[in-house]
Amino acid sequence: MPEKLNLNRVPMPRQDPKVRRGNFDEVALGYTEEQALEEARRCIQCKKPSCKEGCPVNVDIPEFINAVRENNMREAVKILQSKNSLPAICGRVCPQETQCEAKCNLAKKSAPIAIGRLERYVADWGRAHPEVTAERERQPFSIVDKKVAVVGSGPAGLTCACDLAKLGYAVTIFEALHVAGGVLMYGIPEFRLPKEIVQSEVDYVKSWGVDIKLNQVIGKTKTVDEILGNGFGAVFLAPGAGAPMFLGIPGENLSGIYSANEFLTRTNLMKAYLFPEYDTPIKAGKRVAVFGGGNVAMDAARCALRLGASEVSIIYRRSKIEMPARAEERENAEEEGIIFRLLTNPLRFIGDDQGRVVAVECYEMELGEPDESGRRRPIRKPGTEFVIEIDTAIIALGTRPNPIVPSTTSRLKLTKWGTIITDEATGRTSRDEIWCGGDMATGAATVISAMGAGKRAAVSIDSYLKSG
Amino acid sequence: MYSITSREDLASGIYLFKVEAEDIAKKAKPGQFIILRMDDKGERIPLTIADWDEKTVTIVFMKVGKTTQKLATLSAGDSIADFVGPLGQPTEIESFGRVIVVGGGVGIASIFPLARELKRKRNTVISIIGSRNKDLLFWEDKIRSVSDEVIATTDDGSYGRKALVTQPLKEILEREKIQRVFAVGPVIMMKFCAATTKPFDVKTMVSLNPIMVDGTGMCGCCRVEVGGETKFACVDGPDFDAHLVDFDLLMMRQRAYLDEEKKALEMWEKSCPKS
Repeated sequence: MPEKLNLNRVPMPRQDPKVRRGNFDEVALGYTEEQALEEARRCIQCKKPSCKEGCPVNVDIPEFINAVRENNMREAVKILQSKNSLPAICGRVCPQETQCEAKCNLAKKSAPIAIGRLERYVADWGRAHPEVTAERERQPFSIVDKKVAVVGSGPAGLTCACDLAKLGYAVTIFEALHVAGGVLMYGIPEFRLPKEIVQSEVDYVKSWGVDIKLNQVIGKTKTVDEILGNGFGAVFLAPGAGAPMFLGIPGENLSGIYSANEFLTRTNLMKAYLFPEYDTPIKAGKRVAVFGGGNVAMDAARCALRLGASEVSIIYRRSKIEMPARAEERENAEEEGIIFRLLTNPLRFIGDDQGRVVAVECYEMELGEPDESGRRRPIRKPGTEFVIEIDTAIIALGTRPNPIVPSTTSRLKLTKWGTIITDEATGRTSRDEIWCGGDMATGAATVISAMGAGKRAAVSIDSYLKSG
Repeated sequence: MYSITSREDLASGIYLFKVEAEDIAKKAKPGQFIILRMDDKGERIPLTIADWDEKTVTIVFMKVGKTTQKLATLSAGDSIADFVGPLGQPTEIESFGRVIVVGGGVGIASIFPLARELKRKRNTVISIIGSRNKDLLFWEDKIRSVSDEVIATTDDGSYGRKALVTQPLKEILEREKIQRVFAVGPVIMMKFCAATTKPFDVKTMVSLNPIMVDGTGMCGCCRVEVGGETKFACVDGPDFDAHLVDFDLLMMRQRAYLDEEKKALEMWEKSCPKS
């Protein structure tokens, strides 16, 4: 007798907000086996599954969920890893609600299948059973007599490198920092994406024979043209986010004012939250203001709280519905006690005689007609200036492309924003042997869209090298 | 890991390492820097490249905080976890004519490759090197080998002229026409060099040394104000027009972590009483 379909998704256990705001441990705790099976059983295994269309890396979603339903985790891991080299990461940080889950046929009637949570469960099961991932049909490495270079070991670079390695290419990744992972290591905080998990997925990529060279700033240590002249048949550029944007208001260079990139890099990559055991310091202060409304602003605010701040505000010039952050992240931040000062914009920072920020003067905004982004344009309300005392400010307004790679590579065509012009379908640049993906091609975007770009580039690089 | 091939104790608390880093050595130019991280728990610190040969890069550092204290315990044969570069824009070096190169304290090391390249481009190079006292002065001979004239000063007169570097700088500017001045050293010294050359209207370049994290333009920690504009020293610099730099802001930003640096150093000293 068929069971009645449960319209509600199985909730995922999370750390209590009062507890988690005081630690860097992961907030979301993941499904238990029972919970995963229960959620997987909600999947109706559509004849025409549209969830797949929503996945930038084309994971065989119904197939892996079916394997979970049958409690065949071994098979589920294989299905997942055949398309996605970084599933434990995607299960945690993908905005599934606008991708696969938005396309789920159940979403029309009730809650869509929690595809992300199931992906996370399967990936974590795989990490706990390394013999399964090692079981794959291991081809001899470097069966194709062509070398490919990848610049940057973030989500785009790792995906492209791993896909090409699986096809038998000899792949070398050049990474500027002292660890591989890019934004997954320096940007996304430990409590949202534990670094141990990133490391294990990087290790998975390395297990396919990908060589990762650290401390290589391409454009400085060597140039793209030199790489191409050194036996590499193709280069995939994925150097990631570049120069952080600032507000451009007076007082912005006072001490205690960080870009979100700096604040997060100190915290996540350099482990300043463990200072003085680790050498890199950070001053989170007691009263913190974060400027911006994206995921990075949420991450920075929640890090500041965990570093000991007593009052953390997010200052955003529009209203809550215009915030680009994922609803889930915004809710997490709210639960933890982050204050949202909406329709508020800063005018200037005020410092003391030591050059340290002590306050920010703001004014109120109201929403006018929609602008070219489709969001209602914020307009300043005159006579509403007020001062907030702070000892730390974090600017989370996004980044501009880092010019090091484009400015040192010959004949690359750039957009007026400084991103590299690429063909959307293939990632190919204006030069035949160079591809590009991730933030350097699109401007700041998501982990999964960068991975999708890495995957498409790998296909295109493969066909180019095979034909050449 | 990057191996230290030799170590020299140049002066009191000032050390030289040659570090095996062929890729960087091949690319290094005067004015550029490297970022190093000593070990897995270390911070990333920038150090100017003082020299290079085919396989090694030379760095010179002064023992001040925990990282440099720890670094000073290493010897030839030891290694450094991470060593990356060459970063920043090279110093603009042309055939200017007559130039003055000022090096103060540990900055003396940075002006060596600069003076050498200026000399190679057929400039007449007058070098002024200064330190607090005789024990802190180093590389006079080396600087002399790439200069037409060298003036050494100490604050206390224990060696060379008892003067600040700005005094001979001013005298030379009064004496003859100089096409360009370069100054590398403590911020306060660079600030006063800038003030000294300003009335003579001689273009003066300084090499700024703000706190950095990644060193590749990604974090903005090293931002400085030059001519009212915010610049990132790591990618736009580290060289800037001295007459446009806000030195006071730079000094304040350099002091941002004084309390933490003191705490880290105290804990380090407690953990190893012999140093």
